Amino acid sequence: MTDPLLSVQNLSKSYGALKVTQDVSLDVREGRVHAIIGPNGAGKTTLISQLSGQLRPDSGRVVYAGQDITRLDMAGRVRLGLARSFQLTTLLPSFSALENVALAVQAREGSSFRFLRPAATEQALNDQAMACLADVGLSDRAHRRAGSLSHGEKRQLELAIALATRPRLLLLDEPLAGTGHEEAAQLVDLFAKLKDRVTMVLIEHDMDAVFALADTVSVLVYGQIVASGSPSAVRADPAVRTAYLGEEAAPC
Amino acid sequence: MTDLTQTLAPARPGLAGRLRLALCIFAVLAVVPPLAHALDEPFLIVVATRMMVFAIAALSLDLILGYGAMVSFGHAAYLGLGAYAVAILSRAGIDDLVLQLLAAMAASAVFATVTGAISLRTRGVYFIMITLAFGQMAFFFFVSFSTLGGDDGVALAARSTVLGMPLLQDAPGMFYATLALLVAVFAGLYRLTLSRFGRVLTGTRESALRMQAMGFRPFPYQLTAYVIAGCLCSVAGVMLANQAIYVSPAYMSWHRSGEMMVMLVLGGVGSLTGAMAGALVTIALEEGLARLSEHWRLGFGLILVGVALFSPGGLSGLLRRVGLVRDAK
Repeated sequence: MTDPLLSVQNLSKSYGALKVTQDVSLDVREGRVHAIIGPNGAGKTTLISQLSGQLRPDSGRVVYAGQDITRLDMAGRVRLGLARSFQLTTLLPSFSALENVALAVQAREGSSFRFLRPAATEQALNDQAMACLADVGLSDRAHRRAGSLSHGEKRQLELAIALATRPRLLLLDEPLAGTGHEEAAQLVDLFAKLKDRVTMVLIEHDMDAVFALADTVSVLVYGQIVASGSPSAVRADPAVRTAYLGEEAAPC
Repeated sequence: MTDLTQTLAPARPGLAGRLRLALCIFAVLAVVPPLAHALDEPFLIVVATRMMVFAIAALSLDLILGYGAMVSFGHAAYLGLGAYAVAILSRAGIDDLVLQLLAAMAASAVFATVTGAISLRTRGVYFIMITLAFGQMAFFFFVSFSTLGGDDGVALAARSTVLGMPLLQDAPGMFYATLALLVAVFAGLYRLTLSRFGRVLTGTRESALRMQAMGFRPFPYQLTAYVIAGCLCSVAGVMLANQAIYVSPAYMSWHRSGEMMVMLVLGGVGSLTGAMAGALVTIALEEGLARLSEHWRLGFGLILVGVALFSPGGLSGLLRRVGLVRDAK
């Protein structure tokens, strides 16, 4: 057995008396899609934020590719290949879609302490950015301002930016939130295609998407992992049924 | 520059517009001395020189305030550092403008690096307050500098020379030297805002979180912009001292910093052309309204209220709205 790409060990975080992450441990193997599901307020986004470096855990360790990154900031983790998308769309609204992605290319390629040459004339940046836009199906929106894109297109652009950082591990925080039925289906197709290229940690409420994509599912309730395993095993787990899936989901 | 505006044309038609507007402003400025001569109003040249000095200062502030979203309330300190570089060097017998400019920028770079590194640890209103505090520290330093006149300031023996030539001695020479510096500062900043560095700076203004998630740490870029802005503002200070042949701590009081922010708001932040136009109009209004009435500040205040209420984008926003300048929105 090879070492996992990402290993979370006994991670805990509290806001005052509220324990948002309680002794969470999980391993993500390279090439897999690891979904984290759980009811609202279970601490899923808080967990992702600790994995991406936006929040510091109170205790525990995050080990990525054999390296302890618990104290590394977000930019440092991105440079190691650990990218994330945000639940609430976070883009540069006055930049065009192309400029948004080109900036992410620029972050990993060459110095940004260049003051005179217009970045828009750098073909290498534009070409790589266009390739990422093409990957997510946004080529025809390249010159639109990010702020004027539709909600679904913004989600696609978030993903294009994340891909432009050349991630080895992608942390996706509810990538389907707020998208329409067709947009969601397109994004699920896209993730299925990306599975060969990149490992993913996926937080998602859309159970169809989770069970279509995930190799492993962990269930988070009140900051604790109550079950973890293959999708079918988790679905059959009686503790999960009572704690999360409830009666409504029982037939599936 | 034309190939550049064409390259960017699909994404930002407004870019070409504001560049064209800036070129128009430069062209109009260039004919002020002969015009003033023809009208027999030599004072106009002096006023226009002052306008351009403050346009340089406003451009430098626009880099950090408009593009970097760093609201500095202590920017006038660099105006003072530039002016006192002239006073101190000329007292030491160094009258050359180039050396004075280099000294002013070096002093400003040091001051900006130290104060910027500390100030950038704060955000929002705290950043405003801490830059104000550093600005006031510089102000009181020169107020207590008794060998240079302290509070009263000090008159210069003469204007600086340029590589041994007395280019600044007459009003038109002073005017064209200032215009040349204004054009150079505008052109440099215009290129900078489009560069890789400019994109990182502007991106951080839009969303620091997004930039971090791309792999950028904003601090070194913000600090570099802060230092560049300080250095460029000191250029305005050097020219201000030469224009007035007098240096005083009043150049760096917090009123001045506030006035520079007013210029930006009036012209529209984050477009360079707006900052320049705002400075030109502010000084022109000051001079013009001051002649009409000693209560001119009241009139100026009313104009500002009008801009804030009816044209939040400042003058450049107004031009955009009436269709003189297009912008991709």
